[in-house]
Amino acid sequence: MKYQAVIGLEVHAELSTKSKIYCSCSTSFGAPINTHTCPVCTGMPGALPVLNKQVVHYAAKMGLATGCTVNQLCKADRKNYFYPDLPKAYQISQFDVPICENGEVFFYVDGEKKSCRLERIHFEEDAGKLLHDEIDGTVVDFNRCGVPLIEMVTKPDLHSSAEAKEFLEMIKTTLSYLDICDCKMEEGSIRCDVNVSIRPEGSEEFGTRVEMKNINTFSGAVRAIDYEIARQIEVVENGGEIQQETRRWDDVKLKNTVMRTKEDAQDYRYFPDPDLIAVEISDEWMDQIKSEIPELPISRYERYLNEYGMTAMEARLLSDNFAKAELLDAAAKQVKPKAAANWILSDISKYLNDKGVELPDTKMTADKLVDLVKLIEAGTISGAAGKKVLPSMFETDETVEAIVERMGLKQVSDEGAILAIVQDVIAKNEKAVADFKAGKNVTGFLVGQCMKASKGQGNPQVINKLIAQELAKL
Amino acid sequence: MALFEKTAAELSKMLADKEISAVELAQDVFARTKAVEDKVQGYVTVAEESALAQAAEVDKKRAAGETLSALAGIPVAVKDNICTKGTLTTCASKMLYNFKPPYNATVVEKLAAHDVVMTGKANMDEFAMGSSCENSAAHPTHNPHGLNRVPGGSSGGSAAVVAAGEVPLALGSDTGGSIRQPASFCGVVGLKPTYGAVSRYGLIAFASSLDQIGPFGRSVEDVAMLLDAITGHDPMHDSTSVKTPFEGSTRANLNADIKGMKIGLPKEYFGAGISDAVRESVLAAAETYKSLGAEVFEISLPLVEYALPVYYILSSAEASSNLARFDGVKYGYRTPNAGDDLIALYTKSRSEGFGAEVQRRIMLGTYVLSSGYYDAYYKKARAAQRKIREEFANAFEKCDVILTPVAPTTAYEIGSKTTNPLEMYAGDICTVSVNIAGLPGLVQPCGFDADKMPIGMQLIGPRFGEQKLLDAGLAFEQASGLKNIIAAL
Repeated sequence: MKYQAVIGLEVHAELSTKSKIYCSCSTSFGAPINTHTCPVCTGMPGALPVLNKQVVHYAAKMGLATGCTVNQLCKADRKNYFYPDLPKAYQISQFDVPICENGEVFFYVDGEKKSCRLERIHFEEDAGKLLHDEIDGTVVDFNRCGVPLIEMVTKPDLHSSAEAKEFLEMIKTTLSYLDICDCKMEEGSIRCDVNVSIRPEGSEEFGTRVEMKNINTFSGAVRAIDYEIARQIEVVENGGEIQQETRRWDDVKLKNTVMRTKEDAQDYRYFPDPDLIAVEISDEWMDQIKSEIPELPISRYERYLNEYGMTAMEARLLSDNFAKAELLDAAAKQVKPKAAANWILSDISKYLNDKGVELPDTKMTADKLVDLVKLIEAGTISGAAGKKVLPSMFETDETVEAIVERMGLKQVSDEGAILAIVQDVIAKNEKAVADFKAGKNVTGFLVGQCMKASKGQGNPQVINKLIAQELAKL
Repeated sequence: MALFEKTAAELSKMLADKEISAVELAQDVFARTKAVEDKVQGYVTVAEESALAQAAEVDKKRAAGETLSALAGIPVAVKDNICTKGTLTTCASKMLYNFKPPYNATVVEKLAAHDVVMTGKANMDEFAMGSSCENSAAHPTHNPHGLNRVPGGSSGGSAAVVAAGEVPLALGSDTGGSIRQPASFCGVVGLKPTYGAVSRYGLIAFASSLDQIGPFGRSVEDVAMLLDAITGHDPMHDSTSVKTPFEGSTRANLNADIKGMKIGLPKEYFGAGISDAVRESVLAAAETYKSLGAEVFEISLPLVEYALPVYYILSSAEASSNLARFDGVKYGYRTPNAGDDLIALYTKSRSEGFGAEVQRRIMLGTYVLSSGYYDAYYKKARAAQRKIREEFANAFEKCDVILTPVAPTTAYEIGSKTTNPLEMYAGDICTVSVNIAGLPGLVQPCGFDADKMPIGMQLIGPRFGEQKLLDAGLAFEQASGLKNIIAAL
């Protein structure tokens, strides 16, 4: 029998606010343990939470960018459970009225446009971290406790690990476009739980769902989903039944094991947090949030394909990076998009990779890129000289012209000046002349010599033309 | 008259006039404490050393000519559920037997800014759950007016030390009557402010949506004085704190002229279950008000009969969550009997650390929040709470304040109700509706029963009606002469 997998995701993203969600402690990663803590985030008796408004702002922004309805009146609820990394023994989350509901995320899988609906987005606080140590045993680090998260819950609209991966990539790209998450996977900025079930192909009914936790990377999600689909098919094919349970994915052993069965399902006893008041987002605030949302990645991707005539690969590479896409679109107003895109995809990307920096951390601007392209198009500098100019464009405030001037890279296209060089080179290379007369092609060699003699500043096209002209006279 | 017998207002003037020093005053109240505390046992922790140091500091400031608050140098006791940095804050529970908070509650910071001298931490029912101060892991407190009787609760220690002359002022907290009922039992004045008027930051929570810190004193003016020091919007620390119209000004604006004030007597508060002595005494107070020119009339609040179950559902639900953090992991009591088992660490620490009443409320609260019961209990209670609020709001269209009894009886004997929690809960019938509706309530003495035990009356005001309550309280206090009552010990 053929089966269809049905997949839903719960994606947690840490928001890049400066301070925690309910206190003023720093959210920065990597501090010595228990230094970014206070009575509030360590759950000291009597301490009370006060909501960081930036969290509301960021969560609503993600909601608007994913087509959600934003509940302008929402509230915080307590989710009660015991665990050593949860100092209050409840997590302040949102239950029946999340800040955002009913969205939809679009993405491409192998050139085909797909979508996955979002059931909800809510904000909540992260828990602390248990550190296991051979000497001290297990210790708790509360630095992460109270770092703001949004949880995005999808409908079961995905049907393969490839779809799940592309959905996750689109969520990540959107978060970075909105500048609300630093998207550092290695620091756990984005984490996801996966729900998987299978059903006979063509069936409308849902199979029994298995939840998988401890998935830390998108590629890990792919492996975990593929494993779980295969496992479920095997169980069913062998006449077994899928149990509703939570399984822990092990990305080293590449298998999952049972964590909790349905019987151990927790009753979280959600209720409105009486320490907090209702969250109200005014119309003015909503307008402000809306005004901060840039053109989104999927729209740019499609525009690059259709309007700029790029390949899918080029469009994807450019639309995936907000700063690069912004640079391209600004430059494309003045020069051919393809010309600007080529620079961004090749030498600009290479520079950023080599240096390990992001575009906004450099002094590169769209105006500089436009100047560079125009100077090359006008023949003022060669393409090769352009590559030499580039590092200074990232690192200094000089205009491109000034860099070209300083580095002496201006191209000589004046035929009179180049003719003198060409004639001189021909006169000094008797062997080449002899070879030419014997029928050999010596143009390449002579062009090289001329370039050398002009210190690289001679326009190669002019040199080519004049060499051909002078040789013909012999 | 010894210093300990004076009101805070009198002492404030003497200090300002340099008739006495803060150190002399502190020494006098601690001498009184030494003399009577064995009998009363109102404190969990007496902080004599730090108090004398604070007093010396105040004297130094005054000598240097600094402008000081009216409360500068005045001794104040603080209930043991309010966090005091570096000073034991136990909530009268074994669970927090060794807990020294790393921070001060907002009210404690405010008292310090007023140069108040903190005398110690007052006894209470464990985690503020109880009405008799018998549920204290430390020891029961005795009513100074009858040592074999309870002082009321949960702020029984605060009320008792004020009534015994151990201190002129104290802070308590009130979730369902925990300031007002002990004030009534001990013959002192106590105020439960409007919800949000005083920051809860640093008050170890029992039921967050109902808890409110408030003042005790032996006169209406003294209570106004302490209220003025502790009210204030605290947006950085308490989301439920609000800005009040009377902030810091109630004492200055006290006005005993209440001619034309409309006073409602809700008939439901005077029915069966209220002892004759209490009913007659409160109705006599109503007559006094008439003679002072107030308009006194009967009103009806039919929904208040639901206030008691609503209160026990909501307060227990919140408590079950608020008290979950006491798990033996981070601070306080940790069982030595858990071995390496995490679940055993939780269950044994909690079973051994919490007293029976606290465990009962946690179980009750966990039950009403459980899946399948939430709608029937918690949700329904919240709906009833809205109705009760509306009913009070409607009543205040017709009257300025509402006059009621505080408790069905005067202080009862220690041990007489401990075997029947339901009977104990029923004693809260007159006070819980005020918390359910988030309103202010003032309690002050209005008479004595045949056993010479104090009887209190309760004035309930609309939201932010503190000034009206204090004005009405002052008018009665002046007319009745029932002021600054110190138990003979």
